[in-house]
Amino acid sequence: MYRETEILQEAVAGDLIINVGPQHPSTHGVLHLVITLNGETIKKVEPHLGYIHRSIEKMCESLTFRQFIYVTSKMDYLSSHINNHGCSLCVEKGLQIEVPERAQVIRVLMDELTRLASHQLWWGALGMDVGALTPFFHAFRERELINDIFEETCGTRLTMNYMVPGGVMADLHPNFQRRVHEFIKQFKQKFDEYDELLTDNIIFKNRMQGVGVLSAADAVSYGCTGPVARASGVSSDIRKLYPYEIYNKLQFDEVIETAGDCYSRYMVRMKEMRQSLSIIEQLIDQIPEGEYQAKTKAVLKLPKGEYYSRVETARGEFGVYIVSEGGTTPYRIKFRSPGFSNLSALDHMARGGKIGDLVAIMGSLDLVIPDIDR
Amino acid sequence: MFLKEYIKEVFGAVKSLATGMRRTGYYFTHHKEIITQQYPDNRDTLQLPERFRGEVVMIHDENNEHACTGCTACELACPNATIKIVTKFDVDEETGKKKKAIDTFVYHLELCTFCNLCIEACPTGAIKMDQTFEHSVFDRSKLTKKLNHDGSKIRAGVE
Repeated sequence: MYRETEILQEAVAGDLIINVGPQHPSTHGVLHLVITLNGETIKKVEPHLGYIHRSIEKMCESLTFRQFIYVTSKMDYLSSHINNHGCSLCVEKGLQIEVPERAQVIRVLMDELTRLASHQLWWGALGMDVGALTPFFHAFRERELINDIFEETCGTRLTMNYMVPGGVMADLHPNFQRRVHEFIKQFKQKFDEYDELLTDNIIFKNRMQGVGVLSAADAVSYGCTGPVARASGVSSDIRKLYPYEIYNKLQFDEVIETAGDCYSRYMVRMKEMRQSLSIIEQLIDQIPEGEYQAKTKAVLKLPKGEYYSRVETARGEFGVYIVSEGGTTPYRIKFRSPGFSNLSALDHMARGGKIGDLVAIMGSLDLVIPDIDR
Repeated sequence: MFLKEYIKEVFGAVKSLATGMRRTGYYFTHHKEIITQQYPDNRDTLQLPERFRGEVVMIHDENNEHACTGCTACELACPNATIKIVTKFDVDEETGKKKKAIDTFVYHLELCTFCNLCIEACPTGAIKMDQTFEHSVFDRSKLTKKLNHDGSKIRAGVE
């Protein structure tokens, strides 16, 4: 199939072309990389997409403004709450719905729990990628508690569809606060184990430090967002730059590292976990009373126009762009997913490095393939 | 100086490995802190939360009566065409008027994504999510279900 493409024509005699994926455990999904090698040195990495393309954007055009939100939890399934949040925000912007304060706090709490769960899974999977199996089980132990919290309040563990235009679908479960307190207590105790197992480990450090360096200028030009950009010293936290909901009232730091290698991407996420935990601690005892959902019409009709809203997922900026013609369904929807831009920098990071480092670089990018392929 | 740094590096490396191995060894000797659950051995004690979205069921009371008026709000709210309501006209015995009622409430479990939108849309609270989760069957056609029980009718007073 790739005999005809330009990759093979570019390669000179002695070059080796390897297909990694689409069925490869280290790509965490159906990502297909065509790698041109000179010995062990990478000359070029070309990602081939489309293996899990479900044409979600086209599908949304035939769904109403209430229905299309559930589809987005299937894109970046590890931050499904945040995806639903972004879509709800965009619809609320069009309809000019005022969200009750209780709903805003619940949304932010759910977002930060999702971010923690996502980073925990990434931490375990990254350890597995570079050859340590133990972290995976430690990460899933704490992630299980968050999933139980979601299951109790939202009804599902992964694709929740909990945020609806105007607020959230159901009120918090009576056990919610107790469960979150239990989780905070356990996570604070166990988080030091994470450092013992991986952060200070000499093998892990040698695998990550100085590998896959991305400069600040390159991070901007490739459109990288989230922890990938922040590890290169680019300020890109939507929660700070364009605050939504109640984020401007909260005390938290934007984590920025400057080295731009795999290890600083790792450190950004590890420090972000502590920031998320502090946001949850600030809010959990101060959930205001009141409505959890604003009164909305049964059939939502967005006025004619274009609407854009953005949120910070665990991977970076997630944008929703809706064009409405005044009907019950969107005329056109575009999602700006963080994974796609972050993946485009992979070739730049891996070029000139060794093939063994490619897996570490991919692990540090935290790719979710259905998010890239939509 | 080079030798000093070299020895320092080796010493640090051994120490970091020992720290990790100590943590691993701790869990190796503390079996009670392992939290793995053995499914299906724990099936009798397994408690699912009340909001768990297993499958859509219709609520019937002891008189075999339900609250579904056949308004198709759930059918319209569903993004995947999971629900199909077949309606019929019942003749009221006292007044002789015709009244709309459901004949069959068809539910395609194989299409359902458990988004809860149908439950939210229902104006009379006739359907709910059940806690069952073991949905595997040998024949795909068994996943298409009829939710209203045989001989059931609408509860008096539900409009």
